Amino acid sequence: MTEPVLSVRNLQVEFASRRGTLRAVNGVSFDIAKGEVLGVVGESGAGKSVTGLSVIGLIDAPGRIAGGEIHLAGLRIDNLPPEEMRRVRGKRIGMIFQDPLTSLNPLYKVGDQIVETIRTHLNLSERAARRRAIDLLAEVGIPAPEKRIDGYPHEFSGGMRQRVVIALAICAEPELIIADEPTTALDVSVQAQIISLIKRLGRDHGTAVMLVTHDMGVIAETSDRVAVMYAGRVAEIGPVQDVVRNPLHPYAKGLMGAIPTLAGDDKRLVQIPGSMPRLSAIPRGCSFNPRCAFAFDRCRVERPEPMEHGAQSVACHLHDTAPAETAA
Amino acid sequence: MSEAVVPHTTEKRAAAAPGWFRRALDSDLFYSFRRSKITMIAAGVTLLFFLLAIFASVLSVQNPFDPAQLQLMNSRISPIWTADGQSPFLLGTDEQGRDVLSAILYGLRISLLVGVLGVVLSGAIGILLGLTAGYFGGAVDGLIMRIADVQLSFPAILIALLINGIAKSVFGNKLDEMSMLAVLVFAIGLSFWVQYARTVRGSVLVEKNKDYVAAAQLIGLPAPVIMLRHVLPNTTGPILVIATINLALAIITEATLSFLGSGMPDTMPSLGTLIRIGNGYLFAGEWWIVAFPGIALAALILSINLLGDWLRDALNPKLR
Amino acid sequence: MLAFTLRRAIQAIGVMIAVGIIAFSMFRFAGDPVNQMVGMDTSGAERAAIRKSLGLDDPVIVQFGRYVGDAARFKFGVSYQFRLPVTNLLMERMPATLELAICATIFAMISGILMGVYSALHRDSWLAHIFQAVSLIGISLPTFLIGILMIYLFSVTLGWLPSFGRGDVVHIGWWTTGLLTLSGLKALIMPSITLGLFQMTLIMRLVRAEMLEVLRTDYIRFARARGLTTRAIHFGHALRNTLVPVITVAGLQFGSVIAFAIITETVFQWPGMGLLFVQAVQNVDIPIMAAYLMMVSLIFVTINLVVDILYTIVDPRLRSTVGRAH
Repeated sequence: MTEPVLSVRNLQVEFASRRGTLRAVNGVSFDIAKGEVLGVVGESGAGKSVTGLSVIGLIDAPGRIAGGEIHLAGLRIDNLPPEEMRRVRGKRIGMIFQDPLTSLNPLYKVGDQIVETIRTHLNLSERAARRRAIDLLAEVGIPAPEKRIDGYPHEFSGGMRQRVVIALAICAEPELIIADEPTTALDVSVQAQIISLIKRLGRDHGTAVMLVTHDMGVIAETSDRVAVMYAGRVAEIGPVQDVVRNPLHPYAKGLMGAIPTLAGDDKRLVQIPGSMPRLSAIPRGCSFNPRCAFAFDRCRVERPEPMEHGAQSVACHLHDTAPAETAA
Repeated sequence: MSEAVVPHTTEKRAAAAPGWFRRALDSDLFYSFRRSKITMIAAGVTLLFFLLAIFASVLSVQNPFDPAQLQLMNSRISPIWTADGQSPFLLGTDEQGRDVLSAILYGLRISLLVGVLGVVLSGAIGILLGLTAGYFGGAVDGLIMRIADVQLSFPAILIALLINGIAKSVFGNKLDEMSMLAVLVFAIGLSFWVQYARTVRGSVLVEKNKDYVAAAQLIGLPAPVIMLRHVLPNTTGPILVIATINLALAIITEATLSFLGSGMPDTMPSLGTLIRIGNGYLFAGEWWIVAFPGIALAALILSINLLGDWLRDALNPKLR
Repeated sequence: MLAFTLRRAIQAIGVMIAVGIIAFSMFRFAGDPVNQMVGMDTSGAERAAIRKSLGLDDPVIVQFGRYVGDAARFKFGVSYQFRLPVTNLLMERMPATLELAICATIFAMISGILMGVYSALHRDSWLAHIFQAVSLIGISLPTFLIGILMIYLFSVTLGWLPSFGRGDVVHIGWWTTGLLTLSGLKALIMPSITLGLFQMTLIMRLVRAEMLEVLRTDYIRFARARGLTTRAIHFGHALRNTLVPVITVAGLQFGSVIAFAIITETVFQWPGMGLLFVQAVQNVDIPIMAAYLMMVSLIFVTINLVVDILYTIVDPRLRSTVGRAH
C-alpha cells in the first residue's frame, strides 16, 4: 500500500471549560488513501466535526490538540506554525461546511471570493484566475457561469451555493477534501446531486475525501470505507460493505439497523436505547456500556482498544479473540 | 475518563454549606461576581456613596446650606494637604466659606435622590405603558410604540431640557427648590421610560398566547392578573439591568441639567450645581472647588456603570 | 426600492407633524405668549390688541395651520429675549454647530473604528484593555466634566488652546467657517474631542462587538478554511461586514451629536444653536425652544431617511429584496 494522503494517529482534542477540561476527541486513528472516500459517522457530539477541524487546523481556543499526530502525505501538520498551516489550508486541504447559506460572505460577489482564493494559493493573474473561476463554476455544475460569477451569494439557491462552496474548496486542486455534513442543510432533492458531485470530483481528481455526516444512508452511497464514532472515539472502522452488512460493534449494529431502506422490508427501524453521554460525564470502561445490550463486567472497567478483525477494526471486548489475561 | 472533569473550586467550597446558601454560592451570578474584582470594588464604592449620602448630616463639619454656619473669613481655603490648608476643611472651602466636602456630601444626597426617584418613575411609566401596549395590542400598542420609537431617536438630555423649559414656562421662572427637584424627577422619568416599555411589552406578547392564560380565563380568573404574575418575574432580570444603567444615566442627566443652569438651584445644589459654581473659579486657580465634586460624580457614575455592565453580562450568558 | 423609500418618507413626514404639534403646543399653551412679550405695565387693551395681531383669538386649529405653514417656510416667530426673528438667530448660529458636529463625528469615527478593530483582533492585549478602560470612562464621565478637565489642562495650565469661542471666522456667503484660520482650527480641537468622545466610545464598543460577532460567523471560518491570509480575512472580509451596521449607527448618531452639542457649546461658550437653546430654556424663550426642536427633528428625520436609503446601497442583499419584501 502506498503512503496514505491523510494519516491520523491517536488524536486527542480537549476543550477547557468552566467545569474542567472536556475531551471531545480521545485517541482517534485512521488513514485515507488517494482517491478514497472515508465516511465518518456518528451522533452529534461524537467528535466527528472536531476531528475534521483538527485536520485542517481550525480548532480555536478554548480547544486544543492535546496529543497524537496528523500527517498529510507524509508531512506532519498538527504542529505546523500558523502561517505554514494557512498555506496548507485551501491549497492542499479543501473544506466544505454544513450550511452553504452562511458559508459565503454576503457582501462579496461569488466570483471575487473564488478569485481571491485562487490568487492566494496559485500564482495567477487576475484574468487567468477569473477564467479558472468560471471553469470551476462550470465544473461544479452552475449554469451560465460567465454570468453567475458576478452574482452575490443571496442570488443563488441553497444547492447552487453549496456548489459554489465546493468550487471554492477545490479551486487549488487539494489532495484532501473535508466535507462536514455537506448535505444536512439542503433540500432532500438536492442532497443526492451534491453527494454525487463530491464523489465525481474525488474520482476525477484523485482527491481523498473525508465525509463527515450523521446520515448512514449518505455514507453507504458514497464512501469506500467508514469510521463509526462514538463519544470521541472510533468504535469501528472498515470497508463500507463490510461495516454495513456485518457490523461488529453493538453501536454500529444499532446504527445500521437505523438505516431506512428503499426496498421497504417490513422490519421496524431499530432504536438504540438511551442517548450518548455528555462529554463531562463519559462512563468508565467502554463509553457505550450503559446502552449496550451485550455489556459484561469487563466493559464497565476496561476501555477497549481497536482490534483488527479482517478488513475491519473494532473497539469492543466482545470481539477480543485473545484471552483476557494477555490482552490486559 | 473520570479524571477528564476537574470540578471548579467554588463547587467544592459550596458543598459544605447548606440549602439556599449553597445554591446562591453556586449560581452563575455569584460566580461571575466573585470572579470580577472590579465588580466587587464597584459594588463597594456604590454602597459607600449611598451611605455617605444617607449620613451626610452626621458626617459633615457644617450644614453647608445654612447661611448661619458659614463664615466669610473661611472662604477660599485650599485643601488641607496644601500649604494654605486649614482644619477642619479637608477639601477646602469655596467663595462663601462653605466646606467643599460637606457640600459634596449634601450634593450627593440630592443627586442620588433625583436619580433614584427618576429611575423609579421612568420604570413605573415604562412598565405600565409596556403592559398596556402588549395586553391591548392594536391601535393602543401602535401608538405607544410609535411614540417610543420617535422618542428613542432623541437624546434624553434634549427631552429633559424641553420638559424643564416647559415647566418653567407654565409655573413661572422662579420655582422653589423642592418643586425644581420634582420637575427634574419628572423630566428624567419621561426621558427614560422607553426601554422598560419595550422589554415588558415583548414579554407580554410572549406570554399572551400561552395556554395558561386561556386556562385562567376559563376558570374565571382575570387574565391581566395572571399574566402579570408571569410577566413580571420573567422581566425582573432585564428591568434590573436597565434600571442600574439608567440610574447612572439619570444622575448624569440631572448633573448636566444642573450644570447648564436648568437644574437644582444654588441654594440646594446637587453635584452638577456644585461643578457649575466651581467652574467659575477654575481660572482663578481655585481648582478644588470644581475638582472634588467632579471626582465624586465621576466615581459614582463609573461604579454604577461597572455594576450595570457586570449585571448585564451575568444575566445574559449569550453575550459572554 | 421605490416603495420602500416612499414608505420611509411618509413615516418621516408623520414624525415631523407630531413634532410640529408639540412645538405648537409649547408655543401656544406653555405660558401666555403675550405676557412674555410685553412689560408689566401694559394695559389690558394693548394686550388684547397684540393678542389679536398675533392671531391668538383665532380657533386653535387655524393657529396650528398657520404655525405649520410658517414653519414650512422657516418662519418661527420672534424671540422674546432678543426681539429678533428666530430664524435669523438660528441660521446665524447653525454653521458653528454643524462644523463642530462634523469635526466631532469625523474624530469619533476614525478613532472609534481604529480602537474597536484593534481591541477585537487583540482581545487580550494590554492596549485593548486600556481602550476598554477609556471607553468606560468615556461613558461614565459626563461631557461637561471632560470639557472642564480639558480646559483646565490645555487652557489654564498649559495655555495651548483657547478655552472659549470659535476664534477668527471667515464669511463665505451666509456661512461662517472657522476651518480657514489658525485660531479657528485651534478653537475647534477641544470642543470636537469633547463632543466626539462619547460617540467614539459608542463606535468603538460597537465595532468591537460587531467584529467579534463577524469573526465567529461561518463565512469567516470558511475563509480561514480556504487559507486566506489573516490580513485579507480581518481587513477584507471581517471589517467590511462590520462596517455596514457601524456606519448606519454612526450616521443615525449624527443627530444626537447635534443635540449633545448643547452641553459642549455651553462649556466652551461656542456660539452655536445649542448655546442659544440653553439660554432660551433659562429665559423661557419659547419661540426659540420650539424652533430648535423643529430644526433638530428635521435634521434627525432627514438623516434617518438618508441612512435607510444608503443602507440598501451598501448591502447587496437589500438592494434586490427590499422592494419585494415590503
